[in-house]
Amino acid sequence: MTVVLEVENLSKSFGGIKANNNISFRASSGEIIGIIGPNGAGKSTLFDLITGYTKPDSGGVKFNGKSILNLRPDLISSLGIGRTFQKLKPFLDQTLLENVIIGALATGINLNQARDKALEMIDFVDLIDKRHYFAKELSTGQRKRLELARAMATEPKLLMMDEVTGGVDQKTVPGLVELIKKLNKLGVTILTIEHNMRVIMDISHKILALDQGKKIIFDKPKNVQLNEKVIDAYLGVVNATTS
Amino acid sequence: MNNNLQKAKLEPVWHTNKFIFALIFFLVTLFFFFPFINPSNFQLHLMIMIFMYAVMAQSWNVIAGFSGQISLGHVIFFGIGGYTSSFFYVEYGITPWIGIFIGILFSSLVAIAIGIPMLRLTGHYFAIATLLIGFSFQIIFQRWDLIGAASGLWIPLNWDNPWLTLQFHESKIPYYYIFLIFFLLSYFSIWIIYRSKIGFKLRAIRDDPQAASSLGIPVAKYKIIAFVISAIIMSPMGSLFAQYILVIEPERMFDIEISIIVLLIAVMGGVGNVWGPLIGTIILIPLSEYTRIFFGGTGGSVDLIIYGILIMLICIFRPSGLISFFPKKILERKKFL
Ligand SMILES: Nc1ncnc2c1ncn2[C@@H]1O[C@H](COP(=O)(O)OP(=O)(O)OP(=O)(O)O)[C@@H](O)[C@H]1O
Ligand SMILES: [Mg+2]
Repeated sequence: MTVVLEVENLSKSFGGIKANNNISFRASSGEIIGIIGPNGAGKSTLFDLITGYTKPDSGGVKFNGKSILNLRPDLISSLGIGRTFQKLKPFLDQTLLENVIIGALATGINLNQARDKALEMIDFVDLIDKRHYFAKELSTGQRKRLELARAMATEPKLLMMDEVTGGVDQKTVPGLVELIKKLNKLGVTILTIEHNMRVIMDISHKILALDQGKKIIFDKPKNVQLNEKVIDAYLGVVNATTS
Repeated sequence: MNNNLQKAKLEPVWHTNKFIFALIFFLVTLFFFFPFINPSNFQLHLMIMIFMYAVMAQSWNVIAGFSGQISLGHVIFFGIGGYTSSFFYVEYGITPWIGIFIGILFSSLVAIAIGIPMLRLTGHYFAIATLLIGFSFQIIFQRWDLIGAASGLWIPLNWDNPWLTLQFHESKIPYYYIFLIFFLLSYFSIWIIYRSKIGFKLRAIRDDPQAASSLGIPVAKYKIIAFVISAIIMSPMGSLFAQYILVIEPERMFDIEISIIVLLIAVMGGVGNVWGPLIGTIILIPLSEYTRIFFGGTGGSVDLIIYGILIMLICIFRPSGLISFFPKKILERKKFL
């Protein structure tokens, strides 16, 4: 399998906090990689470093063999990396359709084509009846779908999702999981940050576990599940709260 | 489900409301026939001011409403437009018609030049910076001998070629039509841009620059584009106003009050919408022109006091501007023109 994303010794400190401390991992084409870790482990920071929203102190990021270190977010997006945000960023004063059209315009097509493409993505995330709703009128779960559809409309080769199942009605989680699998079947490589252990174990081909900015393990789900440090840092707590 | 998708694809990207189209057509026709009902000079002047301020408020709206930045120095593009066309006429005899376009060019260059360093500024800092730039332009023009410094430029009067020199001494009617045409052109262009790809990208930046950049939109570039579009429609108003009054000085062409008034008009009418600035103008400009008559001179700034009170009322009761009085059905973007 060809390596799509290569993260090499990435480090970033905020003041005294080492938010990312020498993180390395690779994602191959077609993989779903789950990223786990307790609050403040540095998961979102890692996303921001890869997508250009934060400048790393040291280390490197390669996408399809080329360094994307220190590129602007919009350029990284045009190379084919899409993302969603943990703290959702829908265009609140615009309709769902308009939100996704803006994503579709990234591929350089005209407005009518972008509209068609946007509608397909909205249909894909199952919100076609809500297309004329303003983003501010949508529920959190629906906004997450909006962000997914919007990111998908840019036709990314790598899609990075920050807690898609977090903070949504538990009933909608299975639907979101299906969605991620469906995306992956279309050939999109996926990085997904997740707190829901059942979800992450179910969908990931590999899991990257972080704690206090450090990589604990990067391996197949079944190996991660058995790792003592992961259990200490994370699984124990989560299992205790979700079971 | 797929049925719904097919149905959705048949909808136009922008719905066109026949009623609003008819209303606009009717109004434009009225505007063209207005001079035939023998309006007084004051009435013509009032209409000219409405056309002019509607365009200037729209120019402000492009920055604030489409890309989300509050400019407090918008008058500079008005001043540059006015000074450029006047200077080239006074100095080289170049017709103001060409001067208007040279003015647009200069204004755009200035928009780029100040736009680039200001891109990093957001919110209050951007507003303060534009305010200071507005003041600096006035000060520079007050000291700049080539263009008459504080005493300004007097455009030499000409009676032989009114259309070529863009001076009309007998009647305000030609001015009326010229301002009307520029008003229509400006609004039509902005309407087209609003519905274009650029419009979508600018609104994305206004609502959330970070999300916009995650969708491949180069935020800095589009903010500059918005700045330039804004300057392009503002600048001709300065040129035309200079031809209308024929004496320009920095006090008047770079008056901070103009920056503030266009802001008030746009906010009052409703920002981020093509028609908001027009509605604001139709209410505020007659108000200020009539108070001027009533209180004499410059209106003793009574108009500004009234503006202030109105703006407070709007902020309290109609934060999204007077346009929000329109029925929601028409306003919803999918149905609104
Ligand atoms: N912009 C910033 N400035 C200062 N500190 C920051 C910044 N961003 C993140 N941090 C700190 O870096 C550490 C890692 O934060 P990060 O958001 O990456 O964690 P996370 O793993 O995504 O946590 P969560 O599960 O809560 O989302 C935290 O201690 C956080 O406080
Ligand atoms: Mg996070």
